Amino acid sequence: MEVKITEKTAPVSGFQSPVSVKVVFVGHVDHGKSTLIGRLLHDTGSLPEGKIEQVQNACRAEGMEFEYAFLLDALLEEQEQNITIDTTQIPFKTARRSYVIIDAPGHKEFLKNMITGAANADAAVLVIAADEGVREQTKRHAYILNLLGIQQFCVVVNKMDMVDFSEHHFREIEQDYRAFLRTLNLEPRVFIPASARLGENIAHGSAKMRWNDAPTLVEALDQMTALAPPTDLPLRFCVQDIYRFDERRIIAGRIETGTLNVGDEIVFSPANKTSIIRSIEHGNGSGSGPAIAGDSIGITLREQIFVERGYVGSHQKDAPIETNRFHADLFWIARQPASLDHLYTARLATQEFRCQIVSIDEVLDSASLERTQGAAKELARNEVGRLIIQTRAAVVLDNHDRIPNLGRFVLLQDGVIVAGGTIHGGVYTARGSIKSKNIFWTEGKITPGARAAQHGHRGVVVWLTGLSGAGKSTIAHGLERELFQRAMHPYVLDGDNIRHGLNSNLGFSPEDRVENIRRVSEVAKLMADAGNVVITAFISPYRLDRERARAIALEGNAEFVEVFVDAPLSVCEQRDPKNLYRKARAGQIREFTGIDAPYEPPVDPEIVVHTDQQTVEESVSEILEQLLPRLKAEAVVAN
Amino acid sequence: MTHISRTHLDRLESQSIFIFREAYHFFKNIAMPWSMGKDSNVLIWLATKSFFGRVPFPVLHIDTTYEFPEMLEFRAWATAHYKLNLIVKVNEEARARGIGYETHDPVTVTHELKTVALQQVIAEHKWDALITGIRRDEDPTRAKERYFSPRNAQFEWDYKDQPPEFWGQFATAPAPGEHVRVQPLLDWTEIDIWRYIQREKIPIPKMYFAQNGQRYRSLGCSPITKPVRSSATTIEEIIRELDSTRTSERAGRAQDHHERNAMQKLRAKGFL
Repeated sequence: MEVKITEKTAPVSGFQSPVSVKVVFVGHVDHGKSTLIGRLLHDTGSLPEGKIEQVQNACRAEGMEFEYAFLLDALLEEQEQNITIDTTQIPFKTARRSYVIIDAPGHKEFLKNMITGAANADAAVLVIAADEGVREQTKRHAYILNLLGIQQFCVVVNKMDMVDFSEHHFREIEQDYRAFLRTLNLEPRVFIPASARLGENIAHGSAKMRWNDAPTLVEALDQMTALAPPTDLPLRFCVQDIYRFDERRIIAGRIETGTLNVGDEIVFSPANKTSIIRSIEHGNGSGSGPAIAGDSIGITLREQIFVERGYVGSHQKDAPIETNRFHADLFWIARQPASLDHLYTARLATQEFRCQIVSIDEVLDSASLERTQGAAKELARNEVGRLIIQTRAAVVLDNHDRIPNLGRFVLLQDGVIVAGGTIHGGVYTARGSIKSKNIFWTEGKITPGARAAQHGHRGVVVWLTGLSGAGKSTIAHGLERELFQRAMHPYVLDGDNIRHGLNSNLGFSPEDRVENIRRVSEVAKLMADAGNVVITAFISPYRLDRERARAIALEGNAEFVEVFVDAPLSVCEQRDPKNLYRKARAGQIREFTGIDAPYEPPVDPEIVVHTDQQTVEESVSEILEQLLPRLKAEAVVAN
Repeated sequence: MTHISRTHLDRLESQSIFIFREAYHFFKNIAMPWSMGKDSNVLIWLATKSFFGRVPFPVLHIDTTYEFPEMLEFRAWATAHYKLNLIVKVNEEARARGIGYETHDPVTVTHELKTVALQQVIAEHKWDALITGIRRDEDPTRAKERYFSPRNAQFEWDYKDQPPEFWGQFATAPAPGEHVRVQPLLDWTEIDIWRYIQREKIPIPKMYFAQNGQRYRSLGCSPITKPVRSSATTIEEIIRELDSTRTSERAGRAQDHHERNAMQKLRAKGFL
């Protein structure tokens, strides 16, 4: 990755072309990063008027000597402690183009802030103090940059004034650090001897170091480039949300990589369903132009298929990996160590899933790069583990070296990020092959929360009601299949499995109908309490019976979702799949709902589907869309 | 192989829309403070882009009762134009106690009439997220902000221990009583804002344009907001003026400069 420094590079002019280059400054605590940045801002004329006087006055008032670092470390605490606590971002310009400087803290305590700053960077400047040489964070930061995939960087050997601008001293540090970087397969662009305090080799060359053949820092920065949007990688469109603010059903999300065109056939993982892009919506009105990596867009589809947040759209020939087990390098930044028996929430692009670390095969100290081979049980703060993660349901991902955006994830505890990881060694298989489902277990007391955590969803009663022939059973089984494919635990209760066994002693008299529904309600409650998604498919014509079913479910702490499967009587009678309407009309069946017995439609059901206007798949999609958010395990997982 | 590219503004816009949509997904009870200032109007614009022509949550104006009349006029016009669900909040209690610029220093008044008013209205509506228009380039304390920045039950910002945030993943679980500040404009600069207003033709109050040799660069309460000398009557002229100035944007906002670290103190206590 050697880069030739050309004499003078023409400024990138005009506003339309340039994108700011984001450069993170990292290095060991007290090696002078903030001073370097302060000096850089000052020497390139990037400070607001009066800023330096203001800080100088403040220093005089406090009886402190002025330092360029104060320009950045504007927070009170940081001035008092004289170290940078959090990452800060400052826009800045050279004659050539604009930058965003990211100042990342060097103290070990603040590694999470260093990562927060560095993860957004296009390039990095690693700062080493000449008088101290390579230290713990100098190494750790290089390792983290490598892990984050930042490849452009240069090294500034700062504080050269402390070592009498000695070339010999500089070369020693350069050799030392290059040797370390080589073990990471990293090759910095240049090593720059500099003194931020005196402004040597920052914006201007140095008369004190005539032996130096490296460029100034500004020249080196001007050689770095903003990362181009990865338009040439395979398409990954990550769904953020489904919006139905008006008659349109817009799938909103961001193109992480690749390019999307109207008319493209897109496969959505993990459901593995395809549809064709009807339109690409850009906020204020739709356009026909393609959308590319980095674009936040909305799309509409030609055929309505079920899609929800977390789904990933791709082209068929370049689909991502779908799995529930993967290898990762995980860096742990929380105080509390990572442990094998814990259930974590993970986020990968817009997917959120529960997972567990099933084995830690190797632990790496990110500063010494010392590896501890063999199975470990914990991962402490600032350690990196090579490990295996198992998830509850199928997750869509890529290998980090192929598509970084889908090859990285974070783990959260109590809504806060505790780790970041990159995915390696996943195998791409052709779509449609059967995937193995791994069995998952947890220990402990069996509370509703524990059950929900293990199942990955809560127990719920989904109560379908509607006329005979409205499509309850078909929809119930369609819904059951969809949930089952999501590694959930659905079960359909209908006439077939209830009337012949549990309720075989009941007929169709009004009293028997009431008792039938009561028993179904009780069974549904028990099964929901056991953690299942119970789908009942009974006509259940009486409002009062359904209200009681709801009360029984609530007694068992199960949510009750009433779904009105609505179709006009005429349509149902025309369908008449079991010839029941015909028999009722002929008087062969008495008290048949809709003919000579009433049907009381729900007053305020949670969900309504119109099966005379929708296909079965559309009805199932609509139910899923509203049902899935209610199934989320988080609500009860806390206990 | 594609040859389409995106400009700096395109990228900022997409990033902001992404943040808006993440916030809308993660938080059930959102409000968006709206000062009618230029950044605020860019926020409204980005919200309508994110949600295909609408702002699907209430917009909040903290009315200090020291508003410029032109701003109130603009408020009425924009509320109707964007079909906003506008909530106006005045800290009546503090006004009744006589808190005002006539008798108190600007830091006290700003705290009472803006921050405390905000605390009151958040408690009334139990919002779990506020979408703000702050930018990193405005002030050194804002330079350290996160896109999703939690505030505790006392509305304090724990800038010493901020949650990590990377790869488009944010901290999203405020405890009861806490809320999260969502800041989609964090990466924008003052010039970006102007160029975007120009490109998208976003309506803004006319006080930003020069009249009688002066204009407002940043808008706050009328008694403590000073205009700058300027002849810029178009956005093009404003941008040219900004390109050649090195005075800070909030130089005309008295509460920031009342004492050393005034801005940090205000913000730690809950100021936007």
